[in-house]
Amino acid sequence: MSTPYYENQDLKKFKNISDWSPELGKKFFDYYNSVFEEGALTSREKSLIALAVAHTVQCPYCIDAYTQDGLERGVDKQEMMEAVHVAASIRGGASLVHGVQMMNVYEKRSM
Amino acid sequence: MAVKSLKGRQHNLADSKRQLEYLSNGIFSPGGLPTFETQVKTFQDTSLRPKTLEILQINLGYMCNQVCAHCHVDAGPDRKEMMSRNTMKQCLKILKQTSATTLDLTGGAPEMHPDFRWFVSEASKIGVSDLIVRSNLTILRANKKYYDLPEFFKAHNIHVVSSLPFYKKEKTDRQRGDGVFSQSITALKELNKVGYGKENSGLQLDLVYNPSGAFLPADQKALEADFKKALKKDFDIDFNQLFTITNLPISRFLAYLIASENYEDYMQRLVEAFNPAAVAQVMCTNTLSVSWDGFLYDCDFNQMLELKVASPVQHLNDFDLDQLQDRFIRVSQHCYGCTAGAGSSCQGSTV
Repeated sequence: MSTPYYENQDLKKFKNISDWSPELGKKFFDYYNSVFEEGALTSREKSLIALAVAHTVQCPYCIDAYTQDGLERGVDKQEMMEAVHVAASIRGGASLVHGVQMMNVYEKRSM
Repeated sequence: MAVKSLKGRQHNLADSKRQLEYLSNGIFSPGGLPTFETQVKTFQDTSLRPKTLEILQINLGYMCNQVCAHCHVDAGPDRKEMMSRNTMKQCLKILKQTSATTLDLTGGAPEMHPDFRWFVSEASKIGVSDLIVRSNLTILRANKKYYDLPEFFKAHNIHVVSSLPFYKKEKTDRQRGDGVFSQSITALKELNKVGYGKENSGLQLDLVYNPSGAFLPADQKALEADFKKALKKDFDIDFNQLFTITNLPISRFLAYLIASENYEDYMQRLVEAFNPAAVAQVMCTNTLSVSWDGFLYDCDFNQMLELKVASPVQHLNDFDLDQLQDRFIRVSQHCYGCTAGAGSSCQGSTV
């Protein structure tokens, strides 16, 4: 039987990345925790941004973590799906906007 | 959504012994996750002991008009257990004798008890500073005979604590049954109409939020702000405070966790979120829970697991507060629910 690249239990071991580099690990997690504190944006808004980004970077750990985080914060399924569509539209838009480059090249090279 | 209790369905988890077996084996077997008792003792020298008694929580019976998916009482229309008037009189006698300043009435739906109004009237004469009725809201609209309850509550200065899992229909109805949300909204409007939840009315209306699934509640203040904003905007409803309560792995919520294969993850989450500061605030240290048949428990959760107080005094018939106070609190792994994160109690988060 093949071993999957992703194990959901590995999410719980995220903090272990500090084991081989305690100083950088600490700096990262301090920063990470500060980022998600209430600020000009609420923690709830930040959680939805994180969920959208998780889908953009297609990180299964992050999708798991921020779906659960959203549930805890009272984010409902419509809000979560809208956030995913924001990610999808930016990803799709990023491809499509390059169509202008294609059109430019096409027009320049064509008689 | 089931229409009968676990007991009515003869589900194996209707038996509290089976529940305790689940909570004590599997992932909590030796070499696995630490038991609650072990975890507490890594932070303090002794097991939990009671402090001054402040809250007398009385469960009037397990009958309820709802069959909520998460109910730790396994309450429902098919549950017939109800406190006798004689036991109610014993409760009143004890209330006069003790230092308890809060009387907390729960169930089931306590309003369904035929002697509910008599008991509330008698209790209010004793003069406790906080007389709580835990209402599921829909009971206020379930039958015409309950329509005047908001006025009755007001007349006796009752502190109403109402369950409302969410400020939107879908999550509420999934946890509590179809139509519960709209009925709850109507009931809240009726309570608002007589002054409950309104500024300077002196009539306290608090809401209780339970997560609608296998996850922990978020920050109480943040959720309260969301509830207040949404209920005001969508329905012009006011309330005082929101209490977030963690679902404990007991009875129907335990059955849900096991059936949905969330049990191990949920318990691990509770253990990981163990907060030593919440241990000092657990409600079992200032509460005494009384069951419909007059037995005494450290809390309503222990009552449902049939873990009677570890004392020679186990029933109202033999009530002796000094002797009762000299006891250890009985714990099992469900107690992790009250010490996770910001802590959890019938009065919401504790830390």
